Amino acid sequence: MSERHRSKYAGNGTIRWYLLNKLVLENLKHRPVRTLLSVLAIGVEVTMMLTLVGLSHGMLDESARRARGVGADIVIRPPGSSVISLSSAPMSDKFIQFFEKQPHVSLAVGTMVHPIGGINTITGIDLDRFNRISGGFRYESGGPFKGPDDIIVDEFYATQNNLKAGSMHELLNRQWRVAGVVEPGKLARIFVQLPVLQELTGNTGKLSQIYLKVDDPARDDEVVRHLRSIPALKDYYIYTLEEFTSLISVNNVPGLRAFIYVIIGLSVIVGFIVVFMAMYTAVLERTREIGVLKALGASSGYILNLLVRETVLLALLGSVLGILMTFGSRWLIETLVPASLTQQIVPSWWPVAAGIAVVGALLGALYPGWKAAKQDPIEALAYE
Amino acid sequence: MNSPCIIEVRDLRKTYRAGEVDVHALRGVNLDISQGEFISIVGPSGSGKSTLFNVVGGLTPPTSGTVRIGGKDLAGLSDADRTNLRKTMVGFVFQKYNLLPTLSARDNIEIARHIAGRNSNTNARFQQVLELLGIGHRLHHKPRAMSGGEQQRVAIARAIVNDPAILLADEPTGNLDTENSAIVLDLLRDLNERMGQTILMITHNPEAASYGHRTVHMRDGSIVDTQLTLE
Ligand SMILES: Nc1ncnc2c1ncn2[C@@H]1O[C@H](COP(=O)(O)OP(=O)(O)OP(=O)(O)O)[C@@H](O)[C@H]1O
Ligand SMILES: [Mg+2]
Repeated sequence: MSERHRSKYAGNGTIRWYLLNKLVLENLKHRPVRTLLSVLAIGVEVTMMLTLVGLSHGMLDESARRARGVGADIVIRPPGSSVISLSSAPMSDKFIQFFEKQPHVSLAVGTMVHPIGGINTITGIDLDRFNRISGGFRYESGGPFKGPDDIIVDEFYATQNNLKAGSMHELLNRQWRVAGVVEPGKLARIFVQLPVLQELTGNTGKLSQIYLKVDDPARDDEVVRHLRSIPALKDYYIYTLEEFTSLISVNNVPGLRAFIYVIIGLSVIVGFIVVFMAMYTAVLERTREIGVLKALGASSGYILNLLVRETVLLALLGSVLGILMTFGSRWLIETLVPASLTQQIVPSWWPVAAGIAVVGALLGALYPGWKAAKQDPIEALAYE
Repeated sequence: MNSPCIIEVRDLRKTYRAGEVDVHALRGVNLDISQGEFISIVGPSGSGKSTLFNVVGGLTPPTSGTVRIGGKDLAGLSDADRTNLRKTMVGFVFQKYNLLPTLSARDNIEIARHIAGRNSNTNARFQQVLELLGIGHRLHHKPRAMSGGEQQRVAIARAIVNDPAILLADEPTGNLDTENSAIVLDLLRDLNERMGQTILMITHNPEAASYGHRTVHMRDGSIVDTQLTLE
C-alpha cells in the first residue's frame, strides 16, 4: 500500500467504524426474532454462570460469617478434614483441658458436627462454654436447652422449616423440641447438646472441631506457632480465625471448582451452538449481499470483520441481559424457596462471564465466517 | 478512435468445469476498448457475455489469454490482487440491482467508498454522482421503499463512485419497464458524455444497445460481429 493510501485510511477512522457498525446494527434489526433469541440464549448462558458463582459465594460467605460469629481466635481441626466439611469426630475431648493449659489460651470450646443431608449439619455444643466464647445467643423466641431432646435453631432455619419455640421437629429419626430460635450468624444453624449428639452418633467423647480464645488478641499468631510446634499436634490443622475464614473459598471446597467448570463448559457449548446457528443462517441468507460486497472489492477480512462485530455485539447484549437476569434469578430463589440458599451478586465476575460468552460466540461464528469469507462472488451473485 | 486503449483482451478463454464436463464459455475473445467508449454487447443466452464481464471485472480468473486493464495484466493475479482491482478499477451493475437491503440508498453508495478506503463526504465526485442521480430527496430510503428504476440508479452511483476505469453493466434494464429503462439508459449516456466514463453494457434489447457507440455481437463464446451505431 502506498503512503498516499495509508494516510487516506488514517484520516478516515470515524467514517470506517461508523458505517460498519451501522451495517451490523441494521442487519441485527433486520431479523429481530433471531437477534432476540440469540441474545436471550447468551443471556441464559451468562446467568447460569453468574447464578452458580453467586450461590457459591453466598454459601461460602455465610460459612465464613458464622465461623467469625463464634468469637474464637484460633480454630483446630482434625487431620484429614477440609475447610468446609467435617465428616467425623476424631478428636478426643481430653484436648479441651490440654489446650486450656497452653500459655495465653483462656478458653477452649469443642463442637461436634454431624451431617444431616444436603448442605445442612447438626452441631453439638456445650452451651455454657459456647456462650462464654461467643458472648451468648440472642434468642428471638424461647430459650436455652432444658432437656436432652431440645434443639436450638437459627431464625433462618426456623423460617425455612416453619418452626417456632415449642415446635416439634424430626432430625436423625428422632423428634426434637425447639427450645429456642436464635439470631443467625453463630457457628451453625441447628444446635443440640454436645453429649446428646455424641451418644446418638456413636462418638462418645469425640469432637470434630475446637475453638480457642486467646487472652490477648495480639498473641494469636504466637499461640498458633506454639501449638504447631507441639509434636502431638503435627497432623492437626491449626489456624488463626483470619486464616481460617480466608480459606473458605471456592478452591478449598472439594468438587466445587470442577462443578463450576462443568457448568461454564455447558454454558459455552450452549452459546456456541446458538451463535453457530444464528450466524450460519445469517450467512446463508446474506449470500447475495456478501457476493455484492465482494464484487465491490471487499476482502475476506472485511467480510469477517463484519461478522465478528455482529457476533461480539450479540454476545455483549446477551451478557448485559444475563447480568440483569441474575437479579431476577436471585429474586426467584428468594421468593420460591425463602431462607434457603443465598445468591450473591458478584460484579467481579461480570467481565469474566461476558468474556467467556464472547469467546464461545466467536467460536460459534468461526465456521459461518469462514464459509462467508471463502464464498465465490459469482456463485453468490447467482444465488436466489 | 485515438484515445488510449483502456481494455485489451487477447485470445481470452474461459472453461468452467461442471461436474464431468468442461463448458467452454469463452473460446478466444479479442476486444479493444478505448477510454471514454460506451460499448453494447448482445448475443443469445449462454453465449458468454456475463462470463466475459466476470473475467474482465476480476471476479474470476481467465483460463488462458490476456486481459489488460489500464496496462495491468490480469493473468497471474492472486485472489487478493483481483479483490484490489475490483475496489478501484471496475464498477459492476447487475440486472437485479443488488443493493444491500438493510442500508439506505446513501449508505449503499458510501459503503463502496468505504470498502475502497476512501472518505465520501468531502469528495467532489461523490457529490457530483449524487446530483447526476436525480433522486437526491430519496437517498435516505431503504431499497425496498424505492422503485426498480431508482434502485438501479443507486446501483449505478455505487458502481462509479470510486471512479473506476470501466463500468460493467450486465443487463441493467432487464428488470425495468420502458420508462425506467429510458431513465437508466439516459443516466448511463450522461455519465459517458459528461464524465467520460468508459462503459461496457450487456443487453438483449436492440434499442438499449443503440445507446452505445458500437455494438459487439457474441455467439458460442466468441465475438462474431461489431457494428457502429449510426447517429
Ligand atoms: N459458474 C459456472 N459454472 C459452470 N458453467 C457456467 C458458469 N457460469 C456460466 N457457465 C456456462 O457458461 C456459458 C456462458 O454463460 P454466460 O452466463 O456467460 O452466458 P450469457 O451470455 O451471459 O447468457 P445470458 O444472456 O443468459 O445471461 C453457459 O453455457 C453457462 O451455462
Ligand atoms: Mg448473462
